[in-house]
Amino acid sequence: MGIEVVVEGLTKSFGKQNIWQDVSLTLPAGEVSVMLGPSGTGKTVFLKSIIGLLKPEQGRVLINGVDMVNSSERDIMETRKLFGLMFQDGALFGSMSLFDNIAFPLREHTRKKESEIRRIVMERIDVVGLLGAEGKLPGEISGGMRKRAGLARALVLDPQIILCDEPDSGLDPVRTAYLSQLLIDLNAQIDATMLIVTHNLDIAATVPDNMGMLFCRNLVTFGPREVLLTSDTPVVSQFLAGRREGPIGMSEEKDAATLAAEQLVDTAPLHTGPRTVVPQLEPSPGMPVRQGALRRRERVMSMMGQLPEAARTAILDSYTPAAGGARA
Amino acid sequence: MTAPMPVRPPEPPEKPPPVTGPAAGPAPEQRRPSRLLAPLHETGKLFALAVAVARAIFRRPFQVREFIEQFWFVASVTILPAALVSIPFGAVIALQVGSLTQQLGAQSFTGGASVLAVIQQASPIIVALLISGAAGSAICADLGSRKIREELDAMEVMGVSPIQRLVVPRVLATMLVAVLLNGLISVVGTLGGYFFNVIMQDGTPGAYLASFSALAQLPDLYISELKALIFGFIAGIVAAYRGLNPRGGPKGVGDAVNQSVVITFMLLFFVNMVLTAIYLQIVPAKGS
Repeated sequence: MGIEVVVEGLTKSFGKQNIWQDVSLTLPAGEVSVMLGPSGTGKTVFLKSIIGLLKPEQGRVLINGVDMVNSSERDIMETRKLFGLMFQDGALFGSMSLFDNIAFPLREHTRKKESEIRRIVMERIDVVGLLGAEGKLPGEISGGMRKRAGLARALVLDPQIILCDEPDSGLDPVRTAYLSQLLIDLNAQIDATMLIVTHNLDIAATVPDNMGMLFCRNLVTFGPREVLLTSDTPVVSQFLAGRREGPIGMSEEKDAATLAAEQLVDTAPLHTGPRTVVPQLEPSPGMPVRQGALRRRERVMSMMGQLPEAARTAILDSYTPAAGGARA
Repeated sequence: MTAPMPVRPPEPPEKPPPVTGPAAGPAPEQRRPSRLLAPLHETGKLFALAVAVARAIFRRPFQVREFIEQFWFVASVTILPAALVSIPFGAVIALQVGSLTQQLGAQSFTGGASVLAVIQQASPIIVALLISGAAGSAICADLGSRKIREELDAMEVMGVSPIQRLVVPRVLATMLVAVLLNGLISVVGTLGGYFFNVIMQDGTPGAYLASFSALAQLPDLYISELKALIFGFIAGIVAAYRGLNPRGGPKGVGDAVNQSVVITFMLLFFVNMVLTAIYLQIVPAKGS
């Protein structure tokens, strides 16, 4: 079963530039969470802070009682073995073949025999669809393949926590869809806590149990997916609809003048009524039931009272037997 | 269900766009180190890395394979230039000292004097130049390009310390190669000196060899090897430090390599001076 990740009051700056401040959230054990945000809002920085690569000035990240910000280097190194991180461009070792790259964590951290390493690695290579390319160097394959190899390497130690940095960038829509399904299937199989950082709306709408959004140096919200998907906060609705009208500008946020001018023009609402919530992806047939989804159901039901009206109806809809098609 | 709501509710006061820019949030208090102290900051980080490496040397598992690969690499890029440089170097010292002793009428001590100069000074300096120029630059470029491609981050994320996995084997390799190379250069340099003194300046072989033991002593060799060991360590640490901290992009790696070589040169010559001064103070010269 996955491990809960608790983030408390995290604040990170580079020099004078504040990236985000006072971010607090909990990634529930074994559930899939997505962190959304326009480009340049520090999503990757957030990911790297969770795993302890970057040290925020304030706050803490608790995993199994280890604070990834302030604990001793030795504890952090030990805790990192629970992680699998998929880097934005794969971050493969350029001097090693794909096979050696994917086998690297096994060779470093386990005493498995070479034959067993081979079996595990080939299995993972098969999962991400790279069979036949295992002898190639990272420089000889496409960006999408590098990404998938990076995912295979992140999975090879059966991690309890999987972090994905923009799994979709550089992939075509079909491969992105396959990847979404793959992530859900993985979650069903190994019940790992997952955090996906992305700005891909398809992934955001179909994959996660929980969603959060970073904007303008703050965590806008974090909660069950329905909360964000039905939210009418201007930032969120603009982002989810991919419109130009709204507080998000080309560079971070718009200034007041632009925003006021925009409102004068009074764009007619592009569509009315609450947005429909696309049903979440289910594991492929033959996969075990997602334990995280079962736990989430209990958790969400117990917090029903604190949720906004729209989210509540969406959740109830999704949990009624005829889920998905029941909407009038 | 709920009434249809406008997609973009016209209520800016709810969450006003923070137009105030960076001043919006209370920026965390940052201690800004003054410009004058910046070099000290870097020096401190360099020492911190040296301590971290020294501690990681004793941490298991030791990376035998990486160590052997690096040792072989460093040795292969330095042996030939070292041998080729040391012959003329020994010759120059032999000729120079030879002509000086001839003027002074102390020809019989030519051998001892030139051996002292080769073993104590020339040899460690040649080691320093080659280790930092050939091996250090390669190590720095290697680590630097791995750093900017996030390979080192990836390694750290997998719970593998890049210091233990990459830096320690490299530093140990430069140290060991430096010590062995120092021996090689001492021998080749001395032979070169002998050849030029005996053949070119008509020195007597017997006097040349006899003056070895008259002036030179074993501690001269020890300090020479100790210098080489320390030079190897410094060259490895500086190269690793610059390689681990390149400033942005491929150009940054190039700059880092450049700086690493220059910094190592300056450090090594300075350390050489200090070590020589200390040695001359604590080890009495032979026969005095």
